[in-house]
Amino acid sequence: MKILLMGNPNVGKSVIFSRLTGVNVIASNYHGTTVEFARGTMRFNQTKAEIIDVPGTYSLLPTTKAEEVASEMLKEGDIVIDVIDATNLERSLNFTLDLIESGATIIVALNIWDEACHKGIKIDANKLEKMLGVPVVSTCALTGEGIKELVDRLPEAKSRKAKFDDKWVEIGNIVENVQQVIRRHHTPLERLGDASVTPATGIPIALIILFLSFWLVRFIGESLIGYVLEPLFDTFWTPLMMRISDLLEGGGFLHDLFIGQLIDGEIIYMESMGLLTTGLFVPIAAVLPYIFAFYFVLSLLEDFGYLPRLAVLTDTVMHRVGLHGMGIVPMMLGLGCNVPGALSTRILETRRERFIAMTLLAISVPCMAQIAMVVGLVGKYGIRGLGTVFFTMFLVWLVLGLLLNRIIKGESPEIFVDIAPYRLPHFKAIGKKVWMRVKWFLKEALPFVLLGVIIVNILYNFGIIQWIGRYTAPVVTRLFGLPEEAVGALIVGFLRKDVAVGMLVPLNLSLKQLITASVILAMYFPCVATFAAMLRELGIWDMLKSVGLMLLATAVVGGLLNLIL
Amino acid sequence: MSDGNPLVKAETGKGYRVVKIIGGYGMIRKLNLLGIREGRIIKKISSQPLRGPVVVEIGGSQIAIGYGMAIRIIVEAES
Repeated sequence: MKILLMGNPNVGKSVIFSRLTGVNVIASNYHGTTVEFARGTMRFNQTKAEIIDVPGTYSLLPTTKAEEVASEMLKEGDIVIDVIDATNLERSLNFTLDLIESGATIIVALNIWDEACHKGIKIDANKLEKMLGVPVVSTCALTGEGIKELVDRLPEAKSRKAKFDDKWVEIGNIVENVQQVIRRHHTPLERLGDASVTPATGIPIALIILFLSFWLVRFIGESLIGYVLEPLFDTFWTPLMMRISDLLEGGGFLHDLFIGQLIDGEIIYMESMGLLTTGLFVPIAAVLPYIFAFYFVLSLLEDFGYLPRLAVLTDTVMHRVGLHGMGIVPMMLGLGCNVPGALSTRILETRRERFIAMTLLAISVPCMAQIAMVVGLVGKYGIRGLGTVFFTMFLVWLVLGLLLNRIIKGESPEIFVDIAPYRLPHFKAIGKKVWMRVKWFLKEALPFVLLGVIIVNILYNFGIIQWIGRYTAPVVTRLFGLPEEAVGALIVGFLRKDVAVGMLVPLNLSLKQLITASVILAMYFPCVATFAAMLRELGIWDMLKSVGLMLLATAVVGGLLNLIL
Repeated sequence: MSDGNPLVKAETGKGYRVVKIIGGYGMIRKLNLLGIREGRIIKKISSQPLRGPVVVEIGGSQIAIGYGMAIRIIVEAES
């Protein structure tokens, strides 16, 4: 038994999915959050039913990739829960009529019911049910209202094969009969929404929001590190580690592997490079606080509905780099982790745009794990350190984008997107989303960090770094002006960028070298997780082209930094 | 009655009636799916400088339309 959740983008399919299956999926207040099918199960008629959350589309006529996928999926489903937006009945009903024409077995969930009431929209659900000829249940997925009724009435789902001569006339007729709109004044949120896309007010609003976001991420991240995690490690973990160090007699292979090098007889968490010291401290105490802070702030912006408005404001700039405004979404997500960033490029329509977006992402958008470590590394130099690193990355993004837009044939389509109304974020929903993303980080990143630390030990113990260092000296030393041992960071950077940045700590680099190394590490190659995601999205040929661009850009930018700084 | 102006030239904050969409089947269909078709009343909310997108309100929801599309949507003032 297969049950499909289908409907327009941003009508709450993913929230209903979470409610039905108990499986949490990321839901946000903008178009195109679900780019992959999520599958889950629920009990239905004493049997297990599979539920599939299908990415949203406006129609079933397969003219775009998303529509094609949706109409393919439809053949597999036994029941379709058609989720429609009560605040946007007309648009939703077009998809419903498409479904009816296809002969699918349908039950309609009239969602966002509460917001429609606030907006002064009244819909007679019983009448709608009669006119459509399939069951209609009003729901408010965010609070869970109506979900039980939806499940109870699933067996009533009906296939009503009908053909409509003129769908828009039919829809107009239905809307007129079931919907009543009471005119009312604009709410403050709506006025803020309009102000956000008007240039004179929108640009200052964008600057304030972005500034506050960065400030908040840094404030939360630094506070958690300084007041919670570092003290915890120092008070509870260090004595235990020193005990183990004594047991292992302060040296030898096992000691190096688990505890690492003692520096003046002490464990320095950022430098020792043991599995239990640096291997745990980097992901948990140095990176996790920033991951948490970033996703908390991003989730607020997402659920409030700010991203599509930022897309409108940045559209002109994004066109110059071969994308349109919605290209800002993968860039923002990529600042957290490049993997979800790469996946979210599916909201862009053409292959050309996706190639440009992913290449820009991999080269010039550092992820939060790396940013956290760079802040730790050059933060003490203030704007001269951090400012130079991030301004360089931004310049690379811009120049590379301008070039790619020139070089790669084809045009980029225009932005054309529904702008969801501002909605006050639900704190429970935010909490759940942040927790999912943090959990994902721990599950995906922690093993790679530990593996990275093991590899560092092997590289040093067997003198491999010195050996490779000799051969790579022309590039690393002469072109980039870095010491030979810095090649170790570049090797580990294939695995995890945060561990790689950590490897720069004991090298006692000058500010100039720190800046160059941080920028090179961000640019030269994506980490293995991002590489795998890009390879899947781009295919081998485009991936090779993208890698070529990465190496070329790194050589040019690294060389220039070495010359200029 | 005038022949109308492209949406990009229309004043913000005012209501307009769509009189014509100059474009191929694909574009007309795309606009149609989000409710923009001949005869519909839309309100222009904003437009960005330097050939940026236009935001319109239609039936209680807002849509961002790229400049290249918005220039091919012909509207006339709705009294």
